[in-house]
Amino acid sequence: MELTLKHISYSYNPDAKEPKYAVKDVSFTIREGEFCALIGHTGSGKSTLVQFLNGLMRPTEGLVLFNGENIFEKKYPLKTLRQKVGLVFQYPEHQLFEETVLKDICYGPKNMGLGKEEQIDSARRAMALVGLPESYEEKSPFELSGGEKRRVAIAGVLAMNPECLILDEPTAGLDPAGRDDILGTVRELSDKENIAVVLVSHSMDDVAVYAERLLVMNSGELVYDDTPRNVFRHYKELEKMGLSAPQVTYIAHELKKRGLDIDENVMTIAEAKAEILRIFKK
Amino acid sequence: MNIIEILHLIHEYKEYDENETETETVRAIDDVTLSIEEGSFVTVLGHNGSGKSTLAKHVNALLLPTGGTVVLCGQDTLKTGELWQLRKNAGMVFQNPDNQIIASVVEEDVAFGPENLGVPTEKLEHRVERALEKVGMTAFRMNSPNRLSGGQKQRIAIAGMLAMKPKVILMDEPTAMLDPVGRKEVIETVHELNREEGITILLITHYMEEAVDADRVIVMDGGRLIMDGTPREVFSRVEELKECRMTVPQVTELAFELKKEGLPLPDGILTTEEFAEALMKLRT
Amino acid sequence: MIRDITIGQYYDTDSVIHRLDPRVKLAFTLLYIISLFIGHGPVCYAYAAAFLVLVIVLSKVPVRFMVKGLRGMLVILIISALFNVFLVQGEIIFRWWIFSISKEGVRTAVLMVVRLVFLVIGSSLMTLTTTPNDLTDGLERSLRFLKVIRIPVHEIAMMMSIALRFIPILIEEVNKIMKAQIARGADFESGGLVKKAKAMVPLLIPLFVSAFRRASDLALAMEARCYHGGEGRTKLHPLTYQKRDFLAYAVLLLYFGGMIAMAAVLP
Repeated sequence: MELTLKHISYSYNPDAKEPKYAVKDVSFTIREGEFCALIGHTGSGKSTLVQFLNGLMRPTEGLVLFNGENIFEKKYPLKTLRQKVGLVFQYPEHQLFEETVLKDICYGPKNMGLGKEEQIDSARRAMALVGLPESYEEKSPFELSGGEKRRVAIAGVLAMNPECLILDEPTAGLDPAGRDDILGTVRELSDKENIAVVLVSHSMDDVAVYAERLLVMNSGELVYDDTPRNVFRHYKELEKMGLSAPQVTYIAHELKKRGLDIDENVMTIAEAKAEILRIFKK
Repeated sequence: MNIIEILHLIHEYKEYDENETETETVRAIDDVTLSIEEGSFVTVLGHNGSGKSTLAKHVNALLLPTGGTVVLCGQDTLKTGELWQLRKNAGMVFQNPDNQIIASVVEEDVAFGPENLGVPTEKLEHRVERALEKVGMTAFRMNSPNRLSGGQKQRIAIAGMLAMKPKVILMDEPTAMLDPVGRKEVIETVHELNREEGITILLITHYMEEAVDADRVIVMDGGRLIMDGTPREVFSRVEELKECRMTVPQVTELAFELKKEGLPLPDGILTTEEFAEALMKLRT
Repeated sequence: MIRDITIGQYYDTDSVIHRLDPRVKLAFTLLYIISLFIGHGPVCYAYAAAFLVLVIVLSKVPVRFMVKGLRGMLVILIISALFNVFLVQGEIIFRWWIFSISKEGVRTAVLMVVRLVFLVIGSSLMTLTTTPNDLTDGLERSLRFLKVIRIPVHEIAMMMSIALRFIPILIEEVNKIMKAQIARGADFESGGLVKKAKAMVPLLIPLFVSAFRRASDLALAMEARCYHGGEGRTKLHPLTYQKRDFLAYAVLLLYFGGMIAMAAVLP
C-alpha cells in the first residue's frame, strides 16, 4: 500500500486573482504499516487534508495517488479506495443508525457488496479488533456509553478491512481511561494488523508516545514531516503555530537549564524516567 | 460562609425497557455530603458516569434530590417553589458550545438570561456590555455565534451566565470539545472571574492540568465522593486515582515513577518548576 | 460557506426601508397584496407598480435580487398565463387546430402575470430588508392579540428564532454525516427512487438523533438560564416605533386609500 499526495492545493475561490488557500502545495507519502500523526492548530487545514486521502474532497491542484494510480481519474473506483483507506471522522458515534451493533458494523461491508455471511464475519472480526465483546452484537448502539459507541463506529470502518486508517481526533470528549483505551486499540491495529495509521490529534503527549512520524500543518502548509523527536526540537517554532511540545520535553528543558546533563529531547514519561535514573543512579 | 451545602444527597432514576416496564433503579449519586465555601475554585474529577455531572445539576436545581438536601445560597432546592428564581444564583456552562447558544446574535444571546429575569431594558444594555467585557468578547457583540471558534463560543456562554449576576458558576466539562488554545482561553477566563469577581466556581473536567490551580479538588467514583482535598493532596494518591480510571498530570506521574525507583522526591508535585527544584535538591 | 446560509434572503445594506420597524413592513406586505386584488385594469396596476418602484428604490436592494425570487415562480407564471390565454372565452383573435386565443384571454393573462409578479416582489421585499430575527420579533408583537384565543404566540416566535439559529448547524451536520457514510461506502446518488430513499435512512436517523440530543441540551441550557416562558420577560431591543414608522404607515394608508378610490371610480 502506498498513498501519495503530490503538490496538493485547495482553495475556495480557485478562479480569483488571489486565491485563498486552505491547503497549499502539500506533498507526502504514507507507506504500509506506518503510524503517522497529523497535528496543527484548528483551521490549519488538517481536516481538509484528510478528506483528500480517500477522495471525499477533490483538491483544486495536485494529484492523489493510491498505489501509483491517480484516484481522480475518470474510471477510478472511488468506492474501492474508500474501503482500502478508512476514514473515521470526529465524534464518529454520531453516524450510528442501525438497531443493533452488529447490523451497524455490517453497513460498510454491505455497501462493498459482500454476501451476508461475509458481512457478519468481517463485522465480528472488527468487533474483536476494537475489543467489543460478542454480547454486544445484539445491543442497540444508542444505549452504549460514549466510549463504547465510539468503538462501534471505529469497528464500522475496520469491517471494510482497510489497509490505511485515518482517525480525526478519535479521543475527543472521552475521559482519560477512555482516551488510553482507544489509543491502545489503534496502536494494536498498527502493530498486529499492519494497518497504516494517520492519527489527527491535539495532544502532543499522545503523539509523542504513539507516532513514528509527525506531519505538522500550519496555515495550510506542511511545515514539518519528520520523527516526533526531530519535530519537537523545534518547540519554539511550534509554539508560534499555537502548538507545543509534550510536557515531558519542557521538564527536560527546565532541568537542562538548571544545569543537569540531561537529553532535553525526551518526549515520554518512560524516556524521561530512564534518562533521569541514568543520571541519578550513577 | 458556605454557599453550597449538600447533605446526604441521593439521586436515583429508573430505567425502563422497550415495554415501558421498570427494569432497575440506578443510583447516580450515593450519599454525598459536601459544602463549598463562597469564592472558592473547586474542580470535580471522575470518569464518565461517575456522577459528577448529576451532582452539579443538583446545585442549580436542574435535578432534584431523591434523598437528602441541597442548599444553594441559603435556599433548599426542594422547598423553593419557583425554581428559576433560585437558578439565577448559579449559572451553568455546558459541554457542547453549539447547544447552549439560543440567539443568532451574540449580544442577544448574552441578554437571554437577564431577559428571563425581567431586568428592565435600560439596565440590560449595561449588563450585556459588562459581561462581554469580562470575557474579552466585546468586539464580537454583533456577530453571529456560528462564526466563532469553540473557545469563543464558550466565553459567550460564560458571559450569558455573568449577565445574570450569579454567585456560582457551574462548569460541566466546558473544555471537552475544545482544542488546546480554546481550553486555555476558557480556563483563564474562569480563573479571572473567580479572582476578580469572587464568583464561586465548580469546574468539572477530564483534564488533570485544569485541576492543578484549583483551591480544592473533589474526585467522584460510582456516585460517591472518594477524595476531597487540595490538588497536592489529591494528586499524591496516584495509584488510587488510576484505579478509578483517572490520571494525574504528566509531571506528577513522572515524579511518582521516579519515587517508586527510589528517588526521594516529595508527593504530589504539580508543576515543572517544582519538579526541577526538588530534583536539583537531590543533586546537591 | 455553508454556515452563512440564512433563511429567506436578507440583503444586508442600510436603507430607510431596512430601518423601518418590522411591523410596518408586515403591514406593507399585507396591504399591498390586498391592494393588488382590489385593483383592476391597467391604471390600477400602473399605480401599484409606481408604488413598488418607489419602495424598491428606497430599499437600495439591487433589482436582480427581486428577479431571483421570480425565477422559482416561473413555471407557475407560465402555466397560469397559458391557462388564461387559451381558456378564457371571448372575441377570438387567433385560431389554430383546436386552440383559440381570445382578446379577453390575453388581457386576463397579462393582468394575472403582472399581479403575481408584483405579489412576489412585494413580499420578497420584506424578507430582503428584514433580518429573520426582526421578522420573528415583528410577528410576535403584531400577533400578540391572538393570545386571547389561546394561541401561544410567544412560544411559536421562540421556536422560530431557535429554528433560525439551528438550521445552519443542522445543515452542516447533514454534510458531516453524509461524508461519514460515504466513507463507509454509502451511495446517495445512483439507483432509482426507492433505492435512493432507502439510502437516506443512514443519513436521516443520525440526523434525528442529533436533533433530539441538541434539543434536549438546549432545553436544559434554557432552564439553567431561568427561562420560564414569556411571562415577565423583558427585551434587550424591544420594538419601538420611531417617527419614520408613523410616516411610513401614513404613506402606506394613503396608497391603500388611493387604490380603493381608483378601483371604485374606474370601470
